[in-house]
Amino acid sequence: MANTAVSQLDEVKTTPWAGGKSPFNVEYGKLMMWFFLLSDAFTFSSLLISYGALRFSSNAWPAADKIFQSVPGVVDAGYPLVFVGIMTFILIMSSVTMVLAVEAGHRDSKKEVAWWMVATVIGGFMFLGCQALEWNHLHHEGFWWGSIPDAEKLKEFFTEGGIVSGAYTQQFANLFFTITGFHGFHVFSGVIINIVILINTLAGTYQKRGSYLMVEKVGLYWHFVDLVWVFVFTFFYLV
Amino acid sequence: MSSETSHTHAEGEAHEETMTRSKIWIVFFVLLGITVIEFIIALYMVPKGMLTYHSANPIYIILTLAKAFFIVAYFMHLKFEKVAMIYTLVVPILFIIGLILVLTNESHHWFSVWGR
Repeated sequence: MANTAVSQLDEVKTTPWAGGKSPFNVEYGKLMMWFFLLSDAFTFSSLLISYGALRFSSNAWPAADKIFQSVPGVVDAGYPLVFVGIMTFILIMSSVTMVLAVEAGHRDSKKEVAWWMVATVIGGFMFLGCQALEWNHLHHEGFWWGSIPDAEKLKEFFTEGGIVSGAYTQQFANLFFTITGFHGFHVFSGVIINIVILINTLAGTYQKRGSYLMVEKVGLYWHFVDLVWVFVFTFFYLV
Repeated sequence: MSSETSHTHAEGEAHEETMTRSKIWIVFFVLLGITVIEFIIALYMVPKGMLTYHSANPIYIILTLAKAFFIVAYFMHLKFEKVAMIYTLVVPILFIIGLILVLTNESHHWFSVWGR
């Protein structure tokens, strides 16, 4: 903490909120990152809650294990949730490498921070690649913003003998691409920021500064992206 | 004043000791384990009829919230911050709960109008 010169008079009040120091004991930029993430949590919540509301109001909704049952490039059908399982694993893994980078930063180990950041960036690119394959696969099936497969094919995506609703399939498609797209955009931004941090680490910027706090702040963002995916995964793929 | 400074310093050190490499891997295996449980429910228990589709959903949501807790508390380090900061960031989440309640209620009305 900043060693502010405190006069004798001020010794009367030394509580965290008496002024003269950060009551949260957190650096300004890190606190602001937290508040940004809180606002971003509201944005993602509104999207996911809208999805929930539309789904609750529907009489039929496409079944997740019938829509997501391919592993693009390997097998076309019959393996529900396997591909998204791989994606989830990649994102959790890259979250772990990020904390390990932060942990190495606390020990001022430039080399380790750099290697863990490289691993995090690779994890981010792998996730984006999977996301692209998933989108490509669904697009080939006929799903997109404002378009769904023809009526005959639609039956495949609903539970047998149940109601088949084109209107709600369209809602599903719009929400799926909007929400995973918005999340994917966050991942993409995160990868770019991680690359900037990696370059700065290699250039010795943080070593000169004497603190790897920037790695921590960007780490918060990266974990938040992982956190959002946990919710997207549950509400699109499981429920 | 010197006692104050040393106190802050000691706290700073404790702050850095809270996430060790072994703890990071423990949290990783917890997250992985919860995800595996979700897959077992989705791919084995529901298809075999051990759980109905509707009773599985609350379990998914509880497990998801558990994962969210582990990510925020340990990876994002919030558990080790000052209590005031934890409340500053967690209490606004009540607004999200409010929106959930309002919109689930509203969606039941939409269903009664268009859903049948």
